[in-house]
Amino acid sequence: MKTFAYDRARDVAGAVAGFGPGTMYLGGGTNLVDLMRLGVAEPEHLVDVSKLPLRAIEADGDGLRIGAAVRNSELAAHPAARERYPMLARAVLTGASGQVRNMATVGGNLLQRTRCPYFQDVTKACNKRRPGSGCPAIDGDHRNLAIIGHTSQCVATHPSDMAVALAALDARVHVTGPEGERVIAMPGLHRLPGSEPDRDTVLRPGELITAIRLPAPPPGASAYRKVRERASFAFALVSVAAALEVTGDGTVRDCRLALGGVAHAPWRARRAEEALTGQRAGEDAFRRAADAELADADPLPGNRYKVPMARNLIVAVLRELMPR
Amino acid sequence: MAEITIRVNGTGVPLSVDPRTSLLDLLRERLGLTGTKKGCDHGQCGACTVLIDGRRANACLALAVAQDGSDVTTVEGLASNGDLHPLQAAFIRRDAFQCGYCTPGQLCSAAGMLAEGGPSAVTADLGDDPALVPEEIRERMSGNLCRCGAYVNIVAAIADVAGSADGGGARAAAGAGAGAASTAREVSA
Amino acid sequence: MNRIEGPDKVTGRARYAAEYPAGPADSIAYAYPVQSVIARGRIESIDAAAALAMPGVLAVLSSDDPPALSPDAEPELALFQTRQVAYCGQAVAAVVAESLETARAAAREVRITYRPEPHDVQLRTDHPGLYTPEKVNPAFPSVTEHGDLPGGLAGAAVSIDVTYATPTEHNNPMEPHAAMAVWTGHGNGDGDGDGDGDGDGLTIYDSTQGASFDRDAIAATLGLSSDRVRVISRHVGGGFGSKGTTRPHAILAAVAARAVGRPVKVALTRQQMFPMTGYRTPTIQRLRLGADSGGRLTAIAHDVAEQTSTLVEFAEQTATPTRVMYGAPAMRTSHRVVRLDVPTPAWMRAPGECPGMFALESAMDELAIAAGMDPVELRVINEPRTEPVSGLPFSSRNLVACLREGARRFGWDRRDPSPGIRSDGRWLTGTGVAASTYPARRMPSQAEATKQDGGFVVRIAAADIGTGARTALTAIAAEALDAPADRVRVEVGDSSLPRAMVAGGSMGTASWGSAVVKACEDLLKNGSEGAADTTEDVRGDQGFARHAFGAQFAEVRVDIETGEVRVPRLLGVFAAGRIIDPTLARSQLIGGMTMGLGMALMEETVIDTATGDFLNHDLAQYHVAACADVQDIDAVWLDEEDQHLNPMGAKGIGEIGIVGTAAAIGNAVYHATGRRIRDLPITPAKLLS
Repeated sequence: MKTFAYDRARDVAGAVAGFGPGTMYLGGGTNLVDLMRLGVAEPEHLVDVSKLPLRAIEADGDGLRIGAAVRNSELAAHPAARERYPMLARAVLTGASGQVRNMATVGGNLLQRTRCPYFQDVTKACNKRRPGSGCPAIDGDHRNLAIIGHTSQCVATHPSDMAVALAALDARVHVTGPEGERVIAMPGLHRLPGSEPDRDTVLRPGELITAIRLPAPPPGASAYRKVRERASFAFALVSVAAALEVTGDGTVRDCRLALGGVAHAPWRARRAEEALTGQRAGEDAFRRAADAELADADPLPGNRYKVPMARNLIVAVLRELMPR
Repeated sequence: MAEITIRVNGTGVPLSVDPRTSLLDLLRERLGLTGTKKGCDHGQCGACTVLIDGRRANACLALAVAQDGSDVTTVEGLASNGDLHPLQAAFIRRDAFQCGYCTPGQLCSAAGMLAEGGPSAVTADLGDDPALVPEEIRERMSGNLCRCGAYVNIVAAIADVAGSADGGGARAAAGAGAGAASTAREVSA
Repeated sequence: MNRIEGPDKVTGRARYAAEYPAGPADSIAYAYPVQSVIARGRIESIDAAAALAMPGVLAVLSSDDPPALSPDAEPELALFQTRQVAYCGQAVAAVVAESLETARAAAREVRITYRPEPHDVQLRTDHPGLYTPEKVNPAFPSVTEHGDLPGGLAGAAVSIDVTYATPTEHNNPMEPHAAMAVWTGHGNGDGDGDGDGDGDGLTIYDSTQGASFDRDAIAATLGLSSDRVRVISRHVGGGFGSKGTTRPHAILAAVAARAVGRPVKVALTRQQMFPMTGYRTPTIQRLRLGADSGGRLTAIAHDVAEQTSTLVEFAEQTATPTRVMYGAPAMRTSHRVVRLDVPTPAWMRAPGECPGMFALESAMDELAIAAGMDPVELRVINEPRTEPVSGLPFSSRNLVACLREGARRFGWDRRDPSPGIRSDGRWLTGTGVAASTYPARRMPSQAEATKQDGGFVVRIAAADIGTGARTALTAIAAEALDAPADRVRVEVGDSSLPRAMVAGGSMGTASWGSAVVKACEDLLKNGSEGAADTTEDVRGDQGFARHAFGAQFAEVRVDIETGEVRVPRLLGVFAAGRIIDPTLARSQLIGGMTMGLGMALMEETVIDTATGDFLNHDLAQYHVAACADVQDIDAVWLDEEDQHLNPMGAKGIGEIGIVGTAAAIGNAVYHATGRRIRDLPITPAKLLS
């Protein structure tokens, strides 16, 4: 680890004012300290934002406002999340471990970086870490990596469960930076790699996430399901966040769907949502919608399994959300 | 170097620290508190679990410099007045350890977990504050790896404490000396 | 009996290798290895200038100035003696510094240039470099053959020809390998100034499965006589074979401490453990089985391909359990190894038996299905009267009783063998069975017993790596002395104690217990002291085939839409002679079965063919079983008397738990789904392919 200066910010303005070249914001440290110890992140200056007064979870009209420094475990335990946004609470609860959930901030969770093994190893080439050096995953081991939205430059996936739920919920991310405040709609916070895989998000230097705002929860029943190799404490192979509202006559009135583990960003499955809305809810419609979404999937030789897994998981989750 | 003060097991310690030093290395290499173990140094095994301000956390991911003003409880601080913490006694009774290297982390994690409440990833109804049946304990303790495979007995030991008349005592002890854990539940909704 | 060291372990008082004080805290320096990034080739240059310029850096060790080691040093321990690189991740230099943070940061600043050569890191059955070694570990013939194999297979009423594969697996004990070296005497590693470290002694706090052997290997590597080195290893955070032989971190600590004239601590990172502390070789195993219309085996062929390094021939004894389990008129077992540009494989829990029995016991299941026979009955029908290849009588064998008891407890007589027909919501369910075996041997050890302070003290350089050896030996000594256990203190984990066998091969308790009993009996004869050396007794252990046996039963659920596999129930029924302590035994057996669950469903080290690196080198990527994976796991045993083992009548049980578990789970997955996955681990990806 390279040495660095450390400051604890007292307020948002101070945090942003203290940001310069070589500065990184420190939340709970559960990803950043990991990356620093790997040598992947080498900040010269850390601004600790974990104790900023951004710890509130409060009603926001008929929505919810979550301060960026709220801990993951606090969010998952909060009555508003549990009662009104269960998809989000479940997503957070499936992530990491109890210890990590206690330390990690929701802002930091959004900004965590891919767990691609080549990205994490500084002795290896990686276009995300060193643009232009190549992507060894494409011809190497990519079994856990992307099946959609990737390019020949990068096949990384975004590891956050929470982000998948937020993408399905149309969350809006509030940021403050040197040029002022702005709001970024999810899933648009995270980028697809395109030709600039080194840029995970649309944030500009110095921008600090201050809050996540959720609109009113989607109607109907919702769920988050994560498929992984061991029963807990593992990243998703594929995950699904879904909400489904079915009318009395069996028609889909509203549907939200987002996928994790398949792309560089949480994947909002808008094609599937469109294909489903107005259809008779049932196995056939669910399958057609999943196929519509995955039509553009372009798996690599070692991760083809993710296509049937994603299809099957979408169908299984929607099936569970059907009214009895 | 940065100047910080941390309370460790109830005693305030002023220190000058290299900002790169983790809380884990501070405890082990500087303060001689080798009870907390380093298993992976990247938050992936839980052997370094301690209580920070009453909540379980991985000391390897906590920069010491960022812990200025924190209250830390390590395995050395679980017992009080020479008596073993109910979890420590239960672990012995249930043979919930073999090599012992993951054990301090298991104990601090269990102590923190017992005080947490709320649902987990396996809870059917999110509205529940579920009873700590084995399935719940297993999920909540999955951040603590045990290569010796003592899980069956670890779960039994924790279930003993969770289900006992002392279960409440264990919850109180988890927070003892570590400051009240503040949660977002307290903030107006 | 509760574990003797239990209170120390639960309070954090128990000290492991990296945790000993050595004078004032700021006297200890830290060494951090620099690792090769190529798998094969030569080091061209080493530029340590930037590292040496960092404040707090005391030295950079490398082949620019090779540390003085014996010319006979074992290749994996011969640190920095050559410019040739043998595998990716090999230690090629090291930084010694005042703090861990400085040593780690400075290691990144050491600039090494290489002349890489093309490397070969992939095991395959058609590799031209495969050869038959003279022996497989520890000293078995590589090939055994009798009878007419082609005839036996051709004439069989039913036969199968299947190939299984097990991946590279890593022991991953929770405690990373660590050592602290303290030179005594003049403290500068060269007391009389003649440049060879003469006149000084070395104390190494190490994490090892055998202090005596570790001491000998460290001394020999440094070119010292054994009496100049002492290894202290009172508590060991698991080993599972990876601490059974001396590892480079201990040599690094010694040479670094000698170089800087201060105690030096080396604590490998989890990532460094992957190339530097051994692993289980991958295997590719072809099983051919033939049986007559009654299910009796007519032919067995078990042919194995596995790997070793270019440095050392390590030949895992993968097909040897097949020489023990079932007989047939025609049998063949064979091993071939290929030298690849990889680290040297090493012991991992139940070497040989673990991967070999996965293949054999899965193949037996396939044979049973092909023959329309119940898999328990198939094994019962093929129970041999003597050890099939050697012809030796078994000292005791109760596999059939284990199978019957397990079948009874598992409700096996109600089992419909049809695959893929049981479901519970989104889960398909099934059950499977497999046999387990592990040799029950002992090796020479020495012990002393003394009357002291109203009680007894027993000394032996045994190792408690989580097995409960300290506690079991206390019970054994107490019984031999006819004294209450709380009057007996056993000292282990120090090479200054009487020389003892390594904790390995499930031979610990048998080896040490034999010496302890003898020493205690000697004390009772002589009054206040006793000593024993079991070398002669062990030499007399001929004439019998000594093995523990067991039957493993598994119940699995498979979500066929997602490929997730969960194991609600595992049961092991074992026959392992006399069980010294039921609590310790149950924990060991369940621990082994838990590791077997990981082996079946998730453990795999991936090699990056482009670099020869172990790609998934941390605990987030190499999955071991987590608490939520383990539901109902139980181990029980049958009473078994065996007079031909050792004074305790005990068989080792540290490893048999893992043997057979993966096959039982794989067989259950077939029963649940109709899908046979022959290469481990059985992952969702494979079930969906």
